[in-house]
Amino acid sequence: MTETTPTTREPDPLEFDQPRVSIRKPEHRFDTQGEASDAVRVERAMNSFVRDFGRTAAVYMESCIHCGMCAEACHFYEATQDPKYTPIWKLEPFKQAYKREYGPFAFVYRALNLKPKVTADELQQWQHLLYDSCTVCGRCSLMCPMGIDIASLVSQARHGMFKAGLVPHELAAVTERARREGSPLGATPKVFADRCEWLSDEHEVEITIDKPQADVLCAMSSIEIMKYPESVVATARIMQHVGADWTFRLDGYEATNFGLLTGDAAAQKDLTLKIIHAAVACGAKVVVLPECGHAYTALRWMGANMYGKPLPFRVMHIAEFLAEQVRAGKLRLRKVGKTATFHDPCQLVRRGGAIEAPREVLQALGVELREMYPTKGANWCCGGGGGVVAIHRADELRHKVFKIKMEQIDETGAELPVTSCANCRQTFDDGQAHFKWDKTMHSLLELVADNLVEDDR
Amino acid sequence: MSLLDFARGPALQWSIVIFVVGVLWRLLGVLLLRTRKDLSEPRRDAAWKGLRLIALRSWPRKEFLGGTAFGEVMGYAFHIGFLLTLFFYVPHVLFFADIARGLFGTDLHGLTGLNWPTMPNGVVTLLSAISIAALVAVLIHRIVSPVKRLISNFDDYFSWLVTIAPLATGMAAFAHLGGWPYERLLAVHLLSAELLLVWFPFGKLMHAFTIFVARGSTGMLFERKGASL
Repeated sequence: MTETTPTTREPDPLEFDQPRVSIRKPEHRFDTQGEASDAVRVERAMNSFVRDFGRTAAVYMESCIHCGMCAEACHFYEATQDPKYTPIWKLEPFKQAYKREYGPFAFVYRALNLKPKVTADELQQWQHLLYDSCTVCGRCSLMCPMGIDIASLVSQARHGMFKAGLVPHELAAVTERARREGSPLGATPKVFADRCEWLSDEHEVEITIDKPQADVLCAMSSIEIMKYPESVVATARIMQHVGADWTFRLDGYEATNFGLLTGDAAAQKDLTLKIIHAAVACGAKVVVLPECGHAYTALRWMGANMYGKPLPFRVMHIAEFLAEQVRAGKLRLRKVGKTATFHDPCQLVRRGGAIEAPREVLQALGVELREMYPTKGANWCCGGGGGVVAIHRADELRHKVFKIKMEQIDETGAELPVTSCANCRQTFDDGQAHFKWDKTMHSLLELVADNLVEDDR
Repeated sequence: MSLLDFARGPALQWSIVIFVVGVLWRLLGVLLLRTRKDLSEPRRDAAWKGLRLIALRSWPRKEFLGGTAFGEVMGYAFHIGFLLTLFFYVPHVLFFADIARGLFGTDLHGLTGLNWPTMPNGVVTLLSAISIAALVAVLIHRIVSPVKRLISNFDDYFSWLVTIAPLATGMAAFAHLGGWPYERLLAVHLLSAELLLVWFPFGKLMHAFTIFVARGSTGMLFERKGASL
């Protein structure tokens, strides 16, 4: 085992002057957390992995025929042709443990020792495969001829890795910071309030905070607050434009959920409940989530399950909200008159189902949409999702993967690449800087805000 | 007891028992696990429509076709060849009718007046040959493809062996190969089929059942969210 994180340590400094937000590149990595023996780590990993094992996950584990086709869908395999990036291989120790400890014939496997026990060293090796080289984009789940949702199993394996204290340094550090300060990237309530005040003055827009009652509760992602604050302004402008009764709340404004990325289920629940409680407190009918793919998964699809009952409000991604306003005729937009292409954020589109909403908004903006190939549900991931963009040691691999995106976008010949996820956006910013690429990714939200027709209001 | 008597008698009975009990044990072992109710508001109410994934995933989306075409074509070739040979070769049909009469006192003809369709021997021979050739091709692919070689284990190779064995021994029996008496060839063929039955519940051959559950579950989960199928 490599060096373990000391129990008391200053939080890693954050880095905001680079194209992507992360902690400053650690001189000395601590990719193992807590004090536990190897045996205990393995036990914790496996117990946690099987703890939530329901019927569906078990059926998945029983169904793989080792056809290897999932490799063809994975951008990490596509970019490197290295077989270790075959999606199902990323789960190998967990598959082994399932057969040995949990499956219907586990007693046979154990009695005859047909599957050896998983070791801590194996798990540590697999950290690279489960975190650095998987964005949980779910493209493999679309390919698997057995219909196995491989991405969901990777998330489940990450729960095990977190319990074992085997999370990459950067993800562990931001999750630890979230526990310590209440925000993974330093966007504490005070920082957020100060930013809103400054942005309000600077951009002459009213940013509503802590209204006691409001129909719409808006949330932002940490990346937006710290790196793309124009998105906060854009959100406020749009809410005013459509005449929404809206607010931000300092007790639930940050939709980023690093708990989901690291596999820290307790942190995920805490972060989710913050927004839910804030929405309940102000009687919100709708929670509008920011341009952040995994925030959408965390609240839209997992929120009610964390809450333990159906949510008393609707949850919408900002792109869905914008599309609804377009349909209602409330959003009046200038025609942009350029060619554009849309990069589909995996959690929003492929796995989230909001496939047409961003396209409706682009249509309302009057752009000529040039779809990349493949597109929509089968689109390639940017390579930065699932926490990958934060991991420094994954940079080289991520850049290889990013070439796929550049080729795809260049082929469309579109002037404006647009997306609706701040994490994708920073991955593009980083890729652009690295390759000195001539394309800049745009935010759909900001594009809308920049083209609002305000004259007769 | 001759080898053929053994193959037709206790070996057949026990292999069927192991097959049935094993399949039920493994299927129920997962199907009886709890599922948690999804409390999120569905995007689409009729999640059952996602069951179409069971049919839909039988062929890859066009975006994935390039890299997977070999596996798909070979996979279909040996599955179709195997199943048609199993169910429509005249001696097999007679054999199954015999078992049915032993178990239920009647067969399909006695029950419905209908005859189980069969295929001419020449066609079956061709299908078996295609199936064997495709199985050999997938084995070679498993060995030479770095991805498949890495992810393969004992189950993959042994399941391959027990799948090709009945085809090969069946062909041998049909052609009276090897100078062995026909009865011995037939016994070996029966035993190889029984080996397949015995292995079936323990290895990846179980996908013949779990494929429908896995595809159906994913289809319904994704349809509920409006996610891509």
